[in-house]
Amino acid sequence: MIELENVAYSYGGGELLSDVSLELSSGSFHFLTGPSGAGKTTFLKLCYGALIPTAGQVRLFGGDVRDMGRDDIALMRRRIGVVHQDCQFLDHMPVADNVALPLMVSGHEDADQIENLRELMGWVGLNARADALPPELSGGERQRAALARAVIMSPDVVLADEPTGNIDWEMSQRLLQLLIELNRMGKTIMIATHDLNLIRAAKSQVEARVLRISQRRVQLAGAAL
Amino acid sequence: MVLRWLKRLVVLLLGDTQADRVVPPAGYTARLSLFSAAAMSFLAVFAMAMSLATGRLADRWGAELARTSTLRISAPPEQMAAQTEAALRVLETTPGVKRARPLSDEEQRDLLAPWFGPDLPVESLPIPRLIEIIETDDGYDAAGLRLRLSAEAPGAVLDDHTRWRRPLIAAAGALRTLGWVSILLIAGTVAAMITLAANAALAANAQVIAVLRLVGARDAYIAGAFVRRFTQRALAGASVGTVLGMGAIAMMPRADVAGGFLTGLGFQGLHWFWPLLIPPAAAAVAYVATRAAARRTLRELP
Repeated sequence: MIELENVAYSYGGGELLSDVSLELSSGSFHFLTGPSGAGKTTFLKLCYGALIPTAGQVRLFGGDVRDMGRDDIALMRRRIGVVHQDCQFLDHMPVADNVALPLMVSGHEDADQIENLRELMGWVGLNARADALPPELSGGERQRAALARAVIMSPDVVLADEPTGNIDWEMSQRLLQLLIELNRMGKTIMIATHDLNLIRAAKSQVEARVLRISQRRVQLAGAAL
Repeated sequence: MVLRWLKRLVVLLLGDTQADRVVPPAGYTARLSLFSAAAMSFLAVFAMAMSLATGRLADRWGAELARTSTLRISAPPEQMAAQTEAALRVLETTPGVKRARPLSDEEQRDLLAPWFGPDLPVESLPIPRLIEIIETDDGYDAAGLRLRLSAEAPGAVLDDHTRWRRPLIAAAGALRTLGWVSILLIAGTVAAMITLAANAALAANAQVIAVLRLVGARDAYIAGAFVRRFTQRALAGASVGTVLGMGAIAMMPRADVAGGFLTGLGFQGLHWFWPLLIPPAAAAVAYVATRAAARRTLRELP
């Protein structure tokens, strides 16, 4: 699905990531940890083509990111659901429309999908808030709305950047359950987080691998966790 | 092919209700671009009226003056009759002259009346005799005629009006060119203003664009939403401006009655259809300008 080969990324000054080689296979469940500023967000951005590596190769669904045009990237994004740390929405449109946005922009909005949307909104527990505007939502509701938007196209991969960053433990448990359910449906999941409790909670239910960023490398963390 | 373009045009004008919702309803920049499109179209109507009116003026002056000329005979009183006779004979045998006729004393008195009053004793004054020449459509060879007249009637001076007709027609032509240049400048200004407004809108909606890109919207989809909005706005504004401009022109007092140097700065007959082209032209300018601006902006975003 997503392959990185000797990838390096540097922001102007120094190198943030170097010599990263990794393959996310279909149906896998990964956590990505590391101290703040270690490059978790950068790594995820490399995985969905928002950043182009400064060295090495990133292949998404078999295609080299460097060879992709803007439209190819757009089409590829329909297969990768992304949940940002600070989820952004179209603030003038109700939550339900925001969740349905990927359908709207890809021209897939039809009656079947409308039913799916209701189901999905129920699944993330937002049916009561469907007509609210995004700025009216709480942090947890925004995270769940972002997750619903990320999965509405039934993508092959879901990348979540600190999805439990600003919500309480109970809510992050719920969000984790949603992601685990998606993984059981065969989706590839990658969650960047520094919440070790969350990782422990997940490991009891799903075969999750933990990747740790340290010293600019991405390494598979031991079983110690 | 044609059908697809028609479909695109319909979507452009009526909008794609789904896609258009992704751009937030705009505030005062929308009203500003509407107003500028209206104001510029109003001005364009006047520039067009001026061009068409001066064009008409140039044609009319050209046509009227080209068909007449004047022969002036200044000779001692005793030779006047003979030279007039001789000149008339020359004119009768000149190809391109339809008719030649000496003005009567009454006509000459009428011509001079504005300067000397009605009681001028024309008969007793040594004023030249005037011969009016009506030309055929092809006209005559003025240089050849002058040569023959100098032999037969040395006191005859031919005035074929070209001397003062040419600068007038040139002036009218220049005025017409100026009008069209104004229209081009107005179109350029509309393009510049729409580009600025579109750039402002794109910059203000950076978050919207980022969200759309994240969920897999193609550039064409994002650009389309903005382009449609600005095209519709320019079309609406230009329609209002054009209607007001045409109304203003229609209400102008008819200058023809007053003696017509202005020949009625307005539209005549089928010329009334010309200003109707302004709104679609403004929409086309807006379409091109916004499309270019949107593509440029989007290319720079991740």
